[in-house]
Amino acid sequence: MDHLIGALVGAPLLGAGILLTGGRRLDRIGHWIGCLLAAVSFAIGVLLFADMLGKSGAARTMTSHLFSWVPVASFQANVSFQLDQLSMTFVLLITGVGTLIHIYSVGYMEYDERRRQFFGYLNLFLAAMLLLVLADNYLLLYVGWEGVGLASYLLIGFWQHKPSAATAAKKAFIVNRVGDMGLSIAVMVMFTTFGTFTFGPVLAHATSASQAKLTGIGLLLLLGACGKSAQVPLQSWLGDAMEGPTPVSALIHAATMVTAGVYLITRSGAIFNAAPTAQLAVTVVGAVTLLFGAIVGCAKDDIKKALAGSTMSQIGYMILAAGLGPIGYVFAIMHLVTHGFFKAGLFLGAGSVMHGMNDEVDMRKYGGLRTYMPITYVTFGLGYLAIIGFPGLSGYWSKDKIIEAAFAKGGTDGWILGGVALLGAGITAFYMTRVMLMTFFGDKRWGREAAQEPGGVAQPQPHPHEAPKTMTIPMIILAFGSVFAGGLFSINSSFLHWLQPVTGHTEGHLPVSAAVIQAATLVVLAIGLGLAWRQYGRQAVPAVAPRGSLLTRAARRDLLQDDFNHVALVKPGEYLTRGLVYLDHSLVDGAVNGTAASVGGLSGRLRRLQNGYVRSYAVSMFGGAALLVAATLLMRGV
Amino acid sequence: MNPVNYLYLAALLFTIGGAGVMIRRNAIIVFMCVELMLNACNLAFVTFARLHDNLDGQIFAFFTMVVAAAEVVVGLAIIVTFFRSRHSASVDDASLMKL
Repeated sequence: MDHLIGALVGAPLLGAGILLTGGRRLDRIGHWIGCLLAAVSFAIGVLLFADMLGKSGAARTMTSHLFSWVPVASFQANVSFQLDQLSMTFVLLITGVGTLIHIYSVGYMEYDERRRQFFGYLNLFLAAMLLLVLADNYLLLYVGWEGVGLASYLLIGFWQHKPSAATAAKKAFIVNRVGDMGLSIAVMVMFTTFGTFTFGPVLAHATSASQAKLTGIGLLLLLGACGKSAQVPLQSWLGDAMEGPTPVSALIHAATMVTAGVYLITRSGAIFNAAPTAQLAVTVVGAVTLLFGAIVGCAKDDIKKALAGSTMSQIGYMILAAGLGPIGYVFAIMHLVTHGFFKAGLFLGAGSVMHGMNDEVDMRKYGGLRTYMPITYVTFGLGYLAIIGFPGLSGYWSKDKIIEAAFAKGGTDGWILGGVALLGAGITAFYMTRVMLMTFFGDKRWGREAAQEPGGVAQPQPHPHEAPKTMTIPMIILAFGSVFAGGLFSINSSFLHWLQPVTGHTEGHLPVSAAVIQAATLVVLAIGLGLAWRQYGRQAVPAVAPRGSLLTRAARRDLLQDDFNHVALVKPGEYLTRGLVYLDHSLVDGAVNGTAASVGGLSGRLRRLQNGYVRSYAVSMFGGAALLVAATLLMRGV
Repeated sequence: MNPVNYLYLAALLFTIGGAGVMIRRNAIIVFMCVELMLNACNLAFVTFARLHDNLDGQIFAFFTMVVAAAEVVVGLAIIVTFFRSRHSASVDDASLMKL
């Protein structure tokens, strides 16, 4: 059974290889090859899952050694896999949701002439992400980590004929590089501290290292996680990444990429448990991002960017939970899985809406679409109810646990973090209700300006219609996941018992009873809902965005993240390079050019001696001879 | 007669020759001055041979004559060719070899 682990990564990798090198002859069936190999990977995952369920205890961890990659003295880098409950959870999520997104893309990308290539990249994305979660050492994890970065770059910039897409891809890649730098240094420090990269020994001996080193490693790992998971301060790439085709957004936000940071922190739990400072930094990053993303999500009129803000916020919840230590790891992963379902569903729904609306993304030009796209409406609606944490649906079970865990941290920290998480739940309810109302309810606001434009070229009127079956079926399946996954995981705490052997779990002590927190969550939820209804349900939504308050305008600009980066990083960088160029020109070039000029000037003067007159040559000869004779005589005399 | 007087004569001749080379413009005169310097050297050689009572200086004088003869052949040929092309025997007219 163990040797099948390699095939998990191998199948999509093979797909990427075939599709990217196969050429045009595969154009007609290429997308089905991509789907098939993603599905094969999922099937293998299910097989291994069934096998794992049959075992118990430590026997559940499977390992598979493929080959020794870099064997140099004490530096041993192996390509070997480790499949435990944590990896298994990720494998099923990545391949399951990934396969659904593949199938959806068949319909979504139907008229794109580079569809084969698109599927090749999708497969590459899956393979890299699977490598990331299956690696049994940090070096191989880093390979997968970089692979994910590469695939995301290729996919975000897939429509590279649009300059905005090309820029967004570069931005994502560069911001990720900053995080990758953190991870790579963390891996190096780890090697010098523990003498190995392998998870087992590193995590087992984590407590033996000095506190300073552990904190350093923890913070560097956090930097890596911030880059991949779009956490403050490396969050700026996520919004622009919406330039990619919608299935890519779904893949990045639900199954791959942004979940990598949560995986990294949970996997390195032993290190963080031993480094409270790093752990505190993780919770702070999570809490700040949670609010940051939520506020941005409230102000965006672009449906995909609003969803991107919500992803940032939800990942913030996961990072916050992962930073809480053993009381939170399980819930971080549980929220990650439920979020995988409903966020994929929401993005695919948004893609379906765009598909029916001539690729319009401005929600102010939607409205009243529920009768035109019933399936999209229902599946999107279920995803919406799940993400705001409506009682009984997936998001309720997982998010509620995180809020409880935050309060259970105890002390002032616990109250602050819990309060932030609770506030975040309210804002989530507000912005998601806003998206829902602006898109599916109210009057229809599309097809107006075409009529109003006098004498202008008639824009094609949008004819909202339901998407083809390849797109609706994945949405329906994901909607089922959004509704039932959380509940299933919570029956007898099944998810807790499943993951506990890997991540460990301790029950926290709540400062107030759980019922009070749950009630508070529901109250906050109702307030958020009500506010959104007051503003976007009761009144008509203006087709042109009102000026808005200072906060709204800032949030529309992503809370000035790009302006901040520009002032704090880009400008100083430019000044630095300008200074260096000046030094190069004046100091380095000055020395070189000065030497050359002085040699040139000297030889110019010496040249004048060559005047062509025999008599002057004769004089110099005589002078020279006289000098020689004088010197000889002088030497004699001495 | 004191042989040292011949050395004074040789020095005088060499000085006249050297001054001629540096001062005169006519190539033939310059050439003659060079010969004068060579012969001053020869005189000094022979004088020293007499002073030291060996034949080294006398033998060297023969070599100098041979070299001077060869040099005259080449030198005069150059001067004649130069005169034919430039209609001048002034060394200042032969000043093209400069930068």
